[in-house]
Amino acid sequence: MEWGIYMHNTIGSRSFGFVASLLLTLTAFLLIERPAFFPLDMPTIIALLLFLAVCQALVQSIFFLHILQEKKPRWNLIIFGSTICIILLIVLFSIWIMHHLNYNMMPHH
Amino acid sequence: MNHALENDHKIFGFWIYLMTDLVIFSVLFATFLVLRNNTYGGPTAFELFHMTPVFAETIVLLTSSFTCSLATFSIHRGQKKSAILWFGMTFLLGLTFLMLEGIEFSQLLEINAGPQRSGFLSSFFALVGTHGFHISIGLLAAMVRIWLRPFTTHCISQMMRLAFFWHFLDVVWIFIFSFVYGMGHLHA
Repeated sequence: MEWGIYMHNTIGSRSFGFVASLLLTLTAFLLIERPAFFPLDMPTIIALLLFLAVCQALVQSIFFLHILQEKKPRWNLIIFGSTICIILLIVLFSIWIMHHLNYNMMPHH
Repeated sequence: MNHALENDHKIFGFWIYLMTDLVIFSVLFATFLVLRNNTYGGPTAFELFHMTPVFAETIVLLTSSFTCSLATFSIHRGQKKSAILWFGMTFLLGLTFLMLEGIEFSQLLEINAGPQRSGFLSSFFALVGTHGFHISIGLLAAMVRIWLRPFTTHCISQMMRLAFFWHFLDVVWIFIFSFVYGMGHLHA
């Protein structure tokens, strides 16, 4: 990624990352503080929040942590990816299992 | 072993540490998401969380992440003075963040909404407290770095790792902002 190395080493790319991170947080804040302004139902708002948070994490990782700048073999990126998989398993399955546990423990009479 | 290679190895080792730390945070996140409605008759997230101070904390932390990246930029360019200036700025912003968080925690404790109140509050303090603890460790390390040692090659490599740590904590905070405070405020 030759262009990547060029981009990530400039003040410009860091400033771009900063402005992008501010805009993403501002959008999330407005979404949380004034949900009535947006003609959206709750699941859509939650999904949008998740999307904004993931974008923010990507902006921080690419422009500040420079994860795309690494030379091959990209061990840092590989370990990052496998950690994300572990995290998804832990979080999604915890929520899923506990939700069903609550459901099955409800009194049926 | 040459210097650059040794540095690469150190960064790689630190990166693995960060990834394991990320797993710790995700376990605390999972615990919070499971317990967040278990208020045991106590105050709910909607009653407790106000978005404006949390938004201010987020902006402070994002700005500190930016000044930190300017510090590493200065290090790469060999500009020691501006590197120390930007690191100092990052330190002050981090301290501001910690103080805002401290005020928020003490307000919660004052109205008897401490970690012993309910499962929701236990998991909240565990998650946000662990993040705050990491921030304080980062600030301590930065303090030692800026004032106690001269600017050597070894020191530069340590500053790079400190910057990694700082950006990492910023990413974790973004998820706390959206899913602990945000979802609580949305009553979702």
